[in-house]
Amino acid sequence: MIEVDGVPTMEDLKTSMPTKERMHKKPVAMHECYQDIPCDPCVLSCPAKCITMETLVSTPKINHEACTGCGLCVAACPGIAIFLLELKDNRGLITLAYEFAPLPGPGEVVDGLDRHGKEVCEAKVEKVYSLPGIDKKTKTSLVRISVPPEKIMEVRFFRRRE
Amino acid sequence: MRRITVHPILSFPPKKKVKFTFEGQVIEGLEGEPIAAALVADGIYKMRESINLHRPRGFFCAIGNCSSCLMVVDGTPNVRTCITPLKEGMKVEVQKDKGVLR
Amino acid sequence: MNAALAAADAGASALVVDRFQSLGGQLVKQTHKFFGWTTRGAGARGFELAQNWEANVKNHPRIQTLLGFEVIGAYRDGTWIAADLEDLHKIKPKRVVIATGASERMITFENNDYPGVYGAGAVQTLMNVYGVLPGEKYLIVGSGNVGVIVAYQLLQAQARVEAVIDVLPRLGGAYWVHAAKIQRAGVPILLKRTITGVYGTDSVERAETVGVDDNFQPVPGTEITFSVDVVLLAVGLTPLNELLFELGVKEYYIPELGGFVPWHDESGRTSQPEIFVAGDVAGIEEATTAALQGRISGLQSALDLGYAASKEEIEELKELLCQFRQSSLSEKVLQGLERLHAKGV
Repeated sequence: MIEVDGVPTMEDLKTSMPTKERMHKKPVAMHECYQDIPCDPCVLSCPAKCITMETLVSTPKINHEACTGCGLCVAACPGIAIFLLELKDNRGLITLAYEFAPLPGPGEVVDGLDRHGKEVCEAKVEKVYSLPGIDKKTKTSLVRISVPPEKIMEVRFFRRRE
Repeated sequence: MRRITVHPILSFPPKKKVKFTFEGQVIEGLEGEPIAAALVADGIYKMRESINLHRPRGFFCAIGNCSSCLMVVDGTPNVRTCITPLKEGMKVEVQKDKGVLR
Repeated sequence: MNAALAAADAGASALVVDRFQSLGGQLVKQTHKFFGWTTRGAGARGFELAQNWEANVKNHPRIQTLLGFEVIGAYRDGTWIAADLEDLHKIKPKRVVIATGASERMITFENNDYPGVYGAGAVQTLMNVYGVLPGEKYLIVGSGNVGVIVAYQLLQAQARVEAVIDVLPRLGGAYWVHAAKIQRAGVPILLKRTITGVYGTDSVERAETVGVDDNFQPVPGTEITFSVDVVLLAVGLTPLNELLFELGVKEYYIPELGGFVPWHDESGRTSQPEIFVAGDVAGIEEATTAALQGRISGLQSALDLGYAASKEEIEELKELLCQFRQSSLSEKVLQGLERLHAKGV
């Protein structure tokens, strides 16, 4: 349960999950932020203004239809709790903020990990890039990995193979 | 115990390497870093012994609050090595007692 | 820093004394992005916030700094003494803001004095300020934000974190997102577990832990031994309030705020009107609230002395503090503050 260990359950995820149809169209942002943390960088990071928050402590609401999949919110989120999801060419694509070094390279085969760090499938690094954070000065690296499409809601991290 | 060379966010600008002695042995550290940091980077973790039972003590708080890292430096005892900057040629010894002031 | 900047902007002269060579306290070691309002610095990494404020302080014509100096005494005639190993300064300020922060707590277990047992802040300092890792395999005790964040920072330094353990049946205060970050990276958070001892020749080589029941009693048969060379304690903070004690400032024991905290009003003023407190020394909380409290104290101090500080801004900042504390995460702090105010000065 999320109150016990901080890891969202399927019930939590359903409250912020985009539809499969939307994931097929182009990348869409999904947040996994369910606690009333006083925090608003995601709201200000979105150039399309599709993230809203009633008060500083509310959880964000992402308008999936308006989302352009630019990834700036992924780079801005202090909790590393926003991901870009896309279903394309029979693969699930997940873009996540990656604050580790050295960075992987495109084409690299890695292990896809679920929210408890358990290896659930093989994944491939598709793209590695960086975007500015909310202050426009710092950069956050983003990594896009591809997994079997049925794993798109499971995999949220990866482990490199040495 | 090692120096960090690869880091996703921080960069550690290179500092001048200096030689100093620990228990008579010549070792290296970076000028200006805390003596305790230089010792740890060189794999040394025992800094003093407790007064009565002579148990090994290393650093604990690393910001000068706890007194676990007191060592004899250039003859002066009770030096808080976690906040004292390293200088070339310093003579650092494990403190084994309450410290004798000279 | 925020107190100095607020007071100096209003026209007062300010002196910032810190025993370290750089300003920023715990912020200088924080690599993660901060929460709160973007307009007030959220989204920037901790050490960047510190660097920005430090630059403003150093460039301000009315702020002086005494770095590497420790305030070792405060006398009831209004004299304060700042000293390092060679020099001594006598200062007679008209207003003082004490923002000395907190120190880490300790728990007892066998051989807890061994080299290899460190406070979480210690490893953060060594790792993020000096670039030195004191070991390769870590066990972290305590699942508050400190324990969980330092686990993440250790992963960033390519160290191996075996587990974060906590005696509670649920997370000990860490934001869910911070806990999620480390678990998906393969660091388990093992709850209802406590450390019983560390063993090794003359430093930590292994740590023994045991599971506990609902009454925190050890459950035989649930022992797990971790092969680690560092045990990090992140078991709570308590205000560093020696100076206040020396001065006779009224303090009360408020568990929700971390221990003995000085009585203070909404502007941070203590039982002695010239002395203000801000940050963790006033009650264990957050960086965002510390910065707000600092600014409020600085403005109020300047206003006291007749400088052009804005009363409206003080009220605005108090309102922001309220907003921030509307989160369920601030329940404990609000309870503590209520208890503190009920005690009266």
